[in-house]
Parts: sequence; structure tokens; C-alpha cells
Amino acid sequence: MTKPLDNSDCLINKNNQRTALSVKPTGSSLAAIVVFIRQCFSKLSMTSFIIAIILATPLLAIFFEALTGYGESFEHIKQTVLSDYIVNTLLLVLGVCILVLLIGVPLAWLIAVCQFTGRKFFRWALILPLAMPSYIVAYTYTDLLDYAGPIQTSLRNWFGWQAASDYWFFDIRSITGAAIILALVLYPYVYLMVRASFMEQQATLTHVARTLGYSPFKSFLKVSIPIARNAIIASVALVMMETMADFATVKYFAVSTMTTAVYDTWLGHYDLASAAKLSCIMVTGVLALLYLERWQNGAKQTTNNAKLSQHKLSYQLNKFQTVFAVLFCSLVLVIAFVIPSWLLLEYALHYFAESWSSGLFEFAYNSISIALITALLALALSFSLNFILRSRPTPVHRFNLKLASTGYAIPGTVMAIGVLIPLAFLDTQINQAAEYLGFDTPGLILSGSIVAIIAAHLIRFIAIANKSIESSYGKLSYSLDMVSQTMGQSKSKLFAKIHFPLIRKSALVASLLIFVESMKELPAALLLRPFDFQTLPTYVYQYASDEQLEIAALGAITIVLVGLLPVIMLNRSIDKN
Amino acid sequence: MKIFATAILALVGFSSAAHSADSVNVYSFRQSFLIEPILEQFTAETGIKTKVVFAKSGLVERIKREGKYSPADVVLTSDFSKLLQLKDESLTQAFSNTEINQNVPAYYRDAQGHWVALTKRVRNIYASKKNIANPAELTYESLVSPEFKGKICTRSGKHPYNLGLIASIIAHKGEAAAETWLRGVKANLARKPQGNDRAQVKAIKEGLCDLSLGNSYYFGKMLTDAAQKPWADAVNIVYPNQSDRGAHVNVSGAAIAKYAPNKANAEKLIAFLASKKAQQAYSALNMEYPVNPAVKPAKLVASWGEFKEDTLPLTQVAEYRKSALKLVDKVKFDL
Repeated sequence: MTKPLDNSDCLINKNNQRTALSVKPTGSSLAAIVVFIRQCFSKLSMTSFIIAIILATPLLAIFFEALTGYGESFEHIKQTVLSDYIVNTLLLVLGVCILVLLIGVPLAWLIAVCQFTGRKFFRWALILPLAMPSYIVAYTYTDLLDYAGPIQTSLRNWFGWQAASDYWFFDIRSITGAAIILALVLYPYVYLMVRASFMEQQATLTHVARTLGYSPFKSFLKVSIPIARNAIIASVALVMMETMADFATVKYFAVSTMTTAVYDTWLGHYDLASAAKLSCIMVTGVLALLYLERWQNGAKQTTNNAKLSQHKLSYQLNKFQTVFAVLFCSLVLVIAFVIPSWLLLEYALHYFAESWSSGLFEFAYNSISIALITALLALALSFSLNFILRSRPTPVHRFNLKLASTGYAIPGTVMAIGVLIPLAFLDTQINQAAEYLGFDTPGLILSGSIVAIIAAHLIRFIAIANKSIESSYGKLSYSLDMVSQTMGQSKSKLFAKIHFPLIRKSALVASLLIFVESMKELPAALLLRPFDFQTLPTYVYQYASDEQLEIAALGAITIVLVGLLPVIMLNRSIDKN
Repeated sequence: MKIFATAILALVGFSSAAHSADSVNVYSFRQSFLIEPILEQFTAETGIKTKVVFAKSGLVERIKREGKYSPADVVLTSDFSKLLQLKDESLTQAFSNTEINQNVPAYYRDAQGHWVALTKRVRNIYASKKNIANPAELTYESLVSPEFKGKICTRSGKHPYNLGLIASIIAHKGEAAAETWLRGVKANLARKPQGNDRAQVKAIKEGLCDLSLGNSYYFGKMLTDAAQKPWADAVNIVYPNQSDRGAHVNVSGAAIAKYAPNKANAEKLIAFLASKKAQQAYSALNMEYPVNPAVKPAKLVASWGEFKEDTLPLTQVAEYRKSALKLVDKVKFDL
């Protein structure tokens, strides 16, 4: 077990060393099997497996439902509308991906590498749309761009048009509209992750390319983008999953996607088995996506860490370029954040008397508690899974991590049911046990309480932490672990003294993202909440679902405000990098 | 361990109130702000507190999964299909209360006593005052006439209110005729089905279309909302098919959950909701038609005139709900 401690060599040979780290079976194949089984039942493996299984239980419950149920309406949907739904879903996902790339990557480049007036402001301001729930942005833009909205009305007044047939106007309630709205809310993922990657890039490679006659743009395309590829693919994968899981926005825009099919079969045909079957199709797509991403990442691992010099890449923009850069940043910021918040603020102030409720503080408190607990739990569990994978990089552990990440693409309501099935089962067992022992039955302590909401949020969003911590670990040289091992340090010390300080930052980023997402998340809270329990999103939804945006605005603004704080912290923590 | 124990205790505290002599637990498909004032009256009169969970979807599944220990006492629904689904899936229990039976005609009660209807709502046609000349002659069938090409707006065909209407057409005319009708309506649509019932009236006001389908109470809701009054003013509320079978009527209603921990209170609540006082409140606050024949509709609601209602029993209509949903998919009504 002699290991080279040279950093670059270590990274290049990482795969070999991973195997070197785990116990190598010697002798007969029987001995190998014994070692393998012992590995599988080691404390670490069991922990990893148990965490993954618990996180995957709702998913498994849905799979079980899909396999055992009859699912009569699945055939019906397949014969009638499923192909349309699949096409719509693919178009939507494709549209959102193209848009987030077109918005997120240039923004990341401008902020990470270019020097221009206003850069400092845009650096954090461009994250703000993250605090906006997509359905709220959808409502505000529909209000603005609908036939009866101020824009079309003014146009009609100016040009003297009488009816809709007199002119063409962009129909926001369409796949294009939905793709734009989702991209406006989701581009910060790409921006954040790709920006971090650009910031880590060393100037030398670009300088070489420039010396060889590449223009700045060409070197951006041929050098910087390929190096940032991992970050781009990882962030787009997150965006794709969010898009596939979205229900509120597409519903509002009357765009039928796979989530529509899931809802229809379950709530319309009362056929949970068919809904589960459709969910399985979606989850399979997501798993494929995750493996594709892993495969892509694996292929490019070595070039990513080319550390040839300590020079940071930096371009000073000239006046003309600065104007262009500021315009581009402002445009995105105004469309994605300023306009919707302005409209909400206006409504909130105008309808303050009708919409003010002293309950808002309580709802905010509920939302914050749920989001906080979710973020902390996600962090703890994700650390465990990743640390175990790091210690023993076996395929089983890698699979556990993937298994624990699939919840992200499951539409919230389906997740809620997935959580309800096992928790209600446990509750029944608890109550029966209490009855048997002669105690008062405690009632539904798990499925009818915030435990269920937190579980649903946790399982849905832990993918963010998994992804973030996994990629951070990917950048940590294995020689660190080896040195620690050579010096006889325990595993817990290795984690506490070496790993944690080095991946702390990305863990913080992940937890803040989870907090913000959990603040915005509606379906689980709506379906699983205890009596007379409101979160900010459920409060907003009561009115928004009735198309009373005016009354919902105050609550919506509160969600955005509470979400802003972590978003700003997020930016600070990344900047300190 | 201490923290764990505290957490368990806190959770028990959170949920333990399922059974209590002075409260009743409500799972509501109806928005809480619509029913809150009436529930407050109930509490003021009886001293029984109400606890509410509101969700537009998923509550049936929740009750089903919660099983024997579900805290739900009363389920309030906003259309008849949910009432029948609850009963079909054996999630309700029968109750017989003389007060309720006196106040609600048998026609609006389940034959086995598993649910009662509380309010009626008509599936109206809203017709542009400016462009539709003889609104009184409109029927659901007339919506497919070629003269209305590009003139009709509606919400999703899969919404329970539209499914109810389509099911009633299947019940009356058969599935093939209903399919032809649905295709005809789709061909006449001004835009892809979207938004809620009020948004369609707004579209008529804006000149996007001339006719829309919408529930009756929305008319009253719009008339009493300063911002929406201009929309309502632009249309006539039409009670279709007055010269033949009458207008399609849907109901909101209540059922008692199978494992209701507070059944007596649940009955009291439903009895209250069927009583004169609550029925008046339903009509005055939500602009719905009372099921209690002793209660006249609120003045505003009454001002829209008397009308003939389709008397085909809702249980018969409900049999075709699934076929209706399949038809909507088959003709790709929403796509």
C-alpha cells in the first residue's frame, strides 16, 4: 500500500487508488466472497444502506403500488394522451435547459471572470430570483401579459385594436411561456454552480489558447466551457429534475405534462396504481439522467483539476463591453426578480387591509422551522452517505447515494403520498401496540404531524446536498485521507479535522439552497399538514388557487423576503471562497 | 435520548386532540375562508370547536391511508363526485338524524345515509350581453352550433364541474352523442381550456369570446367584488335547457368519516350546516342555492330568477363520471 503523495498524480490515478484503499481480497474466490459479504454487513455499509432505504421508502412504496395495483387507467392514458404529455414534457425540459444555459452560463462568466462597473452588485443580485416560487412568478406574468393585462390593454388602446383577432400577441399560457418562467426561476442554479467553477479555473490554459491565436470568445468556448462542463451538467441536471417535478406552473399555464398525467390518473381516475406507474416512468428517466451525468463526470475528472498555476483569469471590459454586460445582467434581474416583486409589492400594499393577518408571523415561523430542520437533517444524512462512500468507494455505496437522490424529480404531491403510505402504516402499528398494552392511543403522531411534511421535503431536496457534497469530495485529494490514515487517525477525526473544514462551504451552500426550496415548497405541506396548520405557501395557495393574486401577494412577498436572507448569505459564503 | 423523548411528547401534543368532547375535525375540499364564518357561528352556538384541514386534492387518499386512526370527523366536498367516491371507497359511515332528514329532501341525501348535500350550484352558461341576442334559448347542446365557432371559453374539461356536466350529458344522451358534443364544443373554443370559471367571464368582458361555462355562485361573487363587477356586468347569466330537461345542478356536501372519533359532534355540525341559519349564510356569503326548501335563496341569488333544474338523480349521473373523464382525454379537449 505505498501511495504516491504527489497531488496531480494522485488525481489522475484516483480510480486505481480507490480500489487500493478498500481491502483487497486475496486467495480463493470463496475468500473474496466472504470479504465482500463482510464488507456489505460492516457498520458503515449498514448505515449507508439504512439511510438510503429510509430515504427511498416513499419511492419504494410508490413502486410497490405500481407493481401490485391493476392500473386500468394507465392503458387508457397510454392510448389517448400519454404521447402528447411525453412530447410536452420533453419540449418543456429542453426549452428550460436551453434557456438556463443561455442565461446562466454567460452570467456566470461575466461575474466570475470579467471586471466591469456594477459587477459587485450583480454578483449577489442575480441570485435573488432563487427566492421566488415559480408559481408566483407565473401568476404575476400572467397578470401582466394576459389579454386583460396592462400590456395588451395599452397596446390595444395605442393602436386602436378592438379584439384579440386584430393582432398577434405572445401567449404566456403555453409551453414556451412555462419554459421561460421556469428558466427565470431556475437559472440561478446554473449561474451559481458554473460561476464557482469558472472562479476556480486557472488562467494559464486560456493564456496558452490566446497565445495560439484563439480569440477571447473562442478560448471561452474551447477552453473554459469544457473545463466547466461538470458544473454545467450537474446544474442542468438539477434544473431538469425541478422542471419535471413542477406542477403548479404548468397547471396554471394549461400545459399538460407527465405530472398532469400523474395527477389525472390519481385524482381523476382514482387510480393510484396507474399514477404510480407513470411516476415510475419519470423516476426511471431521472435515474438515467443521474447515471448519464455520473458517466460524463467520470470521463472528464482528470482534466478538471489541472492545477498548473495560481493565476486567476480576469478580463477588464472596455466601455462598450461594460454597457453590454450591465444591460444583460440588468435585463435578467429585472425580468426575473424586479418586475414580479414590484407587482407583488404593489398588490400587497394596495390590498393590505384585506390580506393582512396576524397569522402571517405564525405561518412564517412554521415555514422557517420546517425549512431549517429539513436543511439540517439533509446535511447530516448527506454527510454520512458521502463520507461512507468516500471511505469505501464501492458500487453499493454509490448506488445508495443515487438512490437517496431520486426524490428530487418526484412531483411534490406524489411524494406526499409516498411519505404518507409508510408513515400511516407505522402510525397504525404504534396505535395498535398502544391499544394492546392498554394505553390511550396517541393518534397519528407521524403521518398527521409536521414529521410527515419534513420527511417529504427532506426526501425531495436531499439530492441538492448529495450532489453538492459529492462534487466537493470529488475535488479532495485522496492523499489527504491516506496521510490521515498513515498517522493513525480515526475515521471520525478524519471527517472532523480534514473533510469537514474542506467541504464546509459547499455544504453550507447546499443547506441554504435546501432551506430556500423548502420555504417555497407547497404540496407536501398542503396535503399532510395537521389541523389548522398553515405554512406561508399554503396560505398563499388558498387565494392564489382561486386566482386572487391580489390577496395572495402579501404572503408571497413574505416568502420572498424570508427566502432572501439565506440567498444573501449564500452569496457571501461563495464569495469568501 | 432526552431530546428524542421530548420530540415524541411534542408530537403527541400536536396530534393528540383527535378525540375530544368539545371539538370536531373537518377535512375540507372547500376553501377554508368560504366556510370559516359558518363554522364560527357553529362554535358560537354549540361551544364545539372546529379544526380544519383544507386541500383541493388528495384528502380522500389521506383518509384512506390514515385508516382506523384517522382524526377526520366530517368531510366537506365541493361536488357530488367526491361524496360518492368517499362512499364507494368505504370511507364514510351512515348516519340518520331527524333534524337533517327534515331539513334536507331525500333527493339530496344518500339512500343509505352516507352523505347529504348542503348547497346547490347550477352549471350556467354566461353569455355576452353585447353579442348574444337570445340568451334564454341557449342549451348545452347549442354550444356546438357553427355560429359559435371561436366564441366559447371554458376551464379544463377535467375539472369536476365540467366532468359533472359531461357525465349528465352521457346519462341523458348516451356516450356517442356526448362525444360528438364534446368534439363540437372543442371545435368552437376560442382558446385552449385554462383558468377558472371567473377567468372565462373576464375573457367575455375583454371580447375574447362570447360564451362560457361557469357555476352560478361566481356571478354573485363577481357582482360583489368591485374589481370584478365589470366582468359580470358584461354578461347575462343563462340557465340552459329550460324548455327541455333543465339546467345541470351540482351539489356541495358533507359526509361523516368511517372512523370519526367524534361522531356525535360530526352529526351536530352537519345538522347545523343544513339548518335554516347556516343555509341562509351559505346563500348570502357564497351565493349558493340552499338545499333546505324552507330557506329562500339570498336576495341577489333570487334576483337571477327561477329556473328548471335537471332532476336526473346525481347518483345516476355519477355513474358516468369516469366515462366523461375518458372522453375528455379521447377528444384531447384540454390539449
